[in-house]
Amino acid sequence: MITISDLHVYYGGIHAIRGVSLAVSKGQIVSLIGANGAGKSTTLRSIMTLEKPREGRILYKDKDITLTRTTDLVKDGLVLVPEGRHVFTNLTVEENLILGAYLRKNAQAIAEDMAWVYQLFPRLKERSRQRAGTMSGGEQQMLAVGRALMSSPELLLMDEPSLGLAPLIVKDIFEIIKKINEKGVTILLIEQNAKVALEISDYAYVMETGNIVLEGKGRDLLKDENVKKAYLGA
Amino acid sequence: MSINTFFQHLSNGLALGSLYALIAIGYTMVYGILRLINFAHGEIFMISTYVVFYGVSMFYLPWWVSILVAILITGLLGIIVERAAYRPLRNSPRISVMISAIGASYLIQNLAIVIFGGRPKSFPIPDYFNTVIQVQGVSVPIVNFFIPVITLVALVVLIYIVEKTKTGMAMRAVSRDYETARLMGISVDNIVSITFGLGSMMAAIGGVMWGLKYPNLIPLIGTMPGLKAFIAAVIGGIGNIKGAVLGGFLLGMTEIMIIASLPDVTGYRDAFAFILLIGILIYKPSGLLGQDIGEKV
Ligand SMILES: Nc1ncnc2c1ncn2[C@@H]1O[C@H](COP(=O)(O)OP(=O)(O)OP(=O)(O)O)[C@@H](O)[C@H]1O
Ligand SMILES: [Mg+2]
Repeated sequence: MITISDLHVYYGGIHAIRGVSLAVSKGQIVSLIGANGAGKSTTLRSIMTLEKPREGRILYKDKDITLTRTTDLVKDGLVLVPEGRHVFTNLTVEENLILGAYLRKNAQAIAEDMAWVYQLFPRLKERSRQRAGTMSGGEQQMLAVGRALMSSPELLLMDEPSLGLAPLIVKDIFEIIKKINEKGVTILLIEQNAKVALEISDYAYVMETGNIVLEGKGRDLLKDENVKKAYLGA
Repeated sequence: MSINTFFQHLSNGLALGSLYALIAIGYTMVYGILRLINFAHGEIFMISTYVVFYGVSMFYLPWWVSILVAILITGLLGIIVERAAYRPLRNSPRISVMISAIGASYLIQNLAIVIFGGRPKSFPIPDYFNTVIQVQGVSVPIVNFFIPVITLVALVVLIYIVEKTKTGMAMRAVSRDYETARLMGISVDNIVSITFGLGSMMAAIGGVMWGLKYPNLIPLIGTMPGLKAFIAAVIGGIGNIKGAVLGGFLLGMTEIMIIASLPDVTGYRDAFAFILLIGILIYKPSGLLGQDIGEKV
C-alpha cells in the first residue's frame, strides 16, 4: 500500500532521517518502534508531506506522493493521528469529529462513521457538546483517533495513540486498533509500548537515530535478544 | 438633558456603535486567523462608499444594485489585499507583515486620491432615508432605525456562518492550529481568503450605512472609523467576534454620550476612544471578552 525508499529528511543542519526504507501492505498492522528522537514522527510527517524530504521516494497506491498536497492525500485515504493529540480545543467534541469528515460529501456514510466512532468511544458520545479543551488528556486522545476515523482512512498513520493513557485504557486502545484494522483499514503505528505493539503487529521496524536497524514479523521481534534488552525492559 | 434629547442621542449612539461594530469584525476575524492587524481595513471600508457613489452617478445603477455590487467588490478587494500583501509573507517575521499592511493601507488611500480625486463627493441617498420620524415627540432620522436593524441581520448571518457551518468550523480550526487543520484536508489558504472576504463584506455593509449617515466622501474617510473600530476590537478582546460587536457599541455609545453631555469637549471626541482603550486595557488586558492566550501551547 505504501513503500518508502531511501528517505532523507533534514531539519536545518540536523540529518533526522538517514535513508529509511519501509513498506506496508494492504490490510496489515505495521509498527515502528524506537527510542526518543529516533525519527519515527518525522517519518510519518514526511508521508503526509508536512516535512519535505531532501532525498527519497514515497509511493502510496503506486503513485509518487512526495510532492502531493496534504489535502489531496487526506482525500485519497491517507490520514494521520498526530503525536500529542492536537484536537481543536476551541471546538466541541462533535465539531472536531465533523471536521474529520471535512472533505467527504456522502452524508449517510458520515453519519454511519459517526455512530461507529461513538460506539468505539462511548465517552465521546456523552461529551459530544463539550469543548474538546475541557476534556482530559486521555479523552482528547480518543477524540484524536475518532476524528481520524471520520476521514474514512484507508491507511491510518498513528503517532503514539496510547500516549498519556492509563494502563487499563491502553489495553482498550489496542483493542480498538485491532477493530479498526478488522474493518479493512491498514495501520502504520508508532508506539512506546513496544511489547503490546509487537503483539498486534504483522510486521515491525525498529528505528535508531534516523535509520531502520531491524525489521521482522512482530512475533519474531518479541523474541529478539536486542529488542528485548532495548525496548521490552527484559 | 431632557428625556427627548436623551433618546435622540441614544439612537445616534446605537447607529454609530453599529457602524463601529461592523468594521471591528473584520479586524477581529483576520487577527483570529493570522494574528495580524489588517491596517488596510479602514481603506477597504472607504472603497465601499466610493463604489456606491460611482455605481449610482456613473453607471446609473439602481441604488440597491450599487450596494450589492459594493459589497461584492469590497469583499473581493479584501481577498486581493491578502493575496498580494500578506500571503507572500505568511512565514516572515511579524514586523515585515505589519509593514506590508501599513504599506497596503497607504497605497489604497493614495490610489483613491489619484483616481477619485481629493475633492469631497456626496454619497447618493434615496429620499426615503432623509425622512425624520417622530416617536413620542422625539424626532429621529429614519437611518438611525435602519442601521441597527441591518447590522443585527448581518451579525446573525455572520455568527450563523461561523458557528454552525462546516466552513465556520474550519475557520475556527485554522485559527487554532494550521497544521492539524491541514491534516483534516482543510485548505488554509482558502479559509484565510474566506475570512478576508467576509470581514471586508461586513465593512462594506458598514460603509454603505456610514454614507447614509455621513454623506461627505473623501479618500481619508476610512482612517478614523478604521482606527476607532480597531480600538473597539481590542476593547472587546481581539479575535472574538462578539467582543468586537460589544466594543463597537460601547465605543459608539460612549462617544455620542460624552459629546452630548459635555458639548465643550467635542473637539476632543477622538481622544475618548483612546482613553477608554487605555482604561479597559489596564483593567483587563485581554479585552472584555478576550480569553487569556495561555491555552495554545
Ligand atoms: N521541528 C524540528 N526542528 C529541529 N529538529 C527537529 C524538529 N523535529 C524533530 N527534530 C529532531 O529530529 C529528530 C527526530 O525527531 P522525531 O520527532 O522524528 O523523533 P521520534 O522518534 O518521534 O521521537 P519521540 O519518540 O520522542 O516522539 C530528533 O533529533 C529531533 O530533535
Ligand atoms: Mg515522535
